[in-house]
Amino acid sequence: MSDATIDRATFEELQDAAGADFVKDLVQTFLEEAPAMLKALREAIASENADAFRRAAHSLKSNSLTFGALALGAMARDQELAGLAAAQHENALDALESEYARVAAALTELTHG
Amino acid sequence: MVDLRHAPGRLLVAEDNKVNRLLLTRSLELQGHRVDCAGNGRVALELLRRETYDLLLLDMEMPEMDGFQVMEQLSADPKLRDLPVIVTSSLEGVATIARCIELGAEDYLHKPVNAVLLKARIGASLEKKRLRDQQKELVRRFATSEVAQDLQQSGFALGGRRIRGAVMFSDIRSFTALVESQPPEETIELLNTYYALMFDAINGHGGVVNQMIGDGLMAIFGAPLPLPDPSAAAVRAALEMVEMIGLLNTERIAAGKPEIRIGVGIATGDMVAGYTGTQQRATYTCIGDTVNLAARLEAHTKLAKRTILIDASTCLALGGRVAVEALGPASFQGKAAPVDVYALTEGNAADR
Repeated sequence: MSDATIDRATFEELQDAAGADFVKDLVQTFLEEAPAMLKALREAIASENADAFRRAAHSLKSNSLTFGALALGAMARDQELAGLAAAQHENALDALESEYARVAAALTELTHG
Repeated sequence: MVDLRHAPGRLLVAEDNKVNRLLLTRSLELQGHRVDCAGNGRVALELLRRETYDLLLLDMEMPEMDGFQVMEQLSADPKLRDLPVIVTSSLEGVATIARCIELGAEDYLHKPVNAVLLKARIGASLEKKRLRDQQKELVRRFATSEVAQDLQQSGFALGGRRIRGAVMFSDIRSFTALVESQPPEETIELLNTYYALMFDAINGHGGVVNQMIGDGLMAIFGAPLPLPDPSAAAVRAALEMVEMIGLLNTERIAAGKPEIRIGVGIATGDMVAGYTGTQQRATYTCIGDTVNLAARLEAHTKLAKRTILIDASTCLALGGRVAVEALGPASFQGKAAPVDVYALTEGNAADR
């Protein structure tokens, strides 16, 4: 279940440190912001803007790791390090986007459970 | 002493990512700090220049102006140069971290920021900042603003340079008898009032008090920062000191306490000014015949029964701007030839 997508220890540590209610709001913010990051990644590929690509991957990585979305974080990190050139094929972001969908569902479940 | 590590601070978080910004702000607020936020480097710099912060938490990857540019701007700004910066970033590579440290970052926290580490590093940074602020404040209080400024601009080095200026010695007449006649608490209170008044008069005319011994003090006019007219500045300060003592005496008489009198000696000439002592403990002072002469003149006020005595060089520099009376030559210990002594005439203080 969500255990594989979200590292529970990291997530609970975050709740302990910042408070469960705050984390609920923070998840909401992430779910609002993350689609823009994914969009920015696609647009950066289309416009061949390496800098924008790296920045968007960087943000996604950073936020994923905050919530314990380790797999998504690792995928975003791979994109950040490999850069735009490595992502110049049609399905480059497919795996990343499906993983994000799983993360979004898991986070929603965790905060509304 | 207050435990500086746990005292709250005023912090600025510069971070473009909303999730990171909210979380970091929340963590810091939970630790008791007051936190402001900036969404990019440009806004952060504006806030830093307008408000006063104890610490900046800086993300490196930001639009408009990134963290590196912010740090470059900070190091070029004398007012912000000492602001501690903790870089919070998830940039990849040791080279980036090294660059942050080279640019003056105090610490580097990898994101996601661990709350325990964050607390420890913020605590340590704030403590260092406050110790630095305390040191600056101590230098300001005990070394006078001129010496503090000189120290900040030129740094600290033992050794002197030759300057031309005026030296003043002053003390309270019959202080020993006064001390014996009243409780020590009252003496301390009197000394504090006395020094406050004397410092005001001396600093107000560009002088620097560099020694306080009991009821006596030594002040330099013309060093460490040059003064256009050091002799006149010293004389005007002395007149103001006498005037202040007059006001203090009015209060003392009203309170049924004995009046106090001071004696002041001023000499003008060449001297060597600089820091003497050791690397660990040093004072700013002046050395030379001029200094000895000023001390002798101050001691001579008892014998001459005058309040302010000056030497020939000081009298010459005044050029008649202040009324003086020639008392003729006097012989001083350590001086081979007699020295011409001049007294400032009574009424000068009131006439100014």
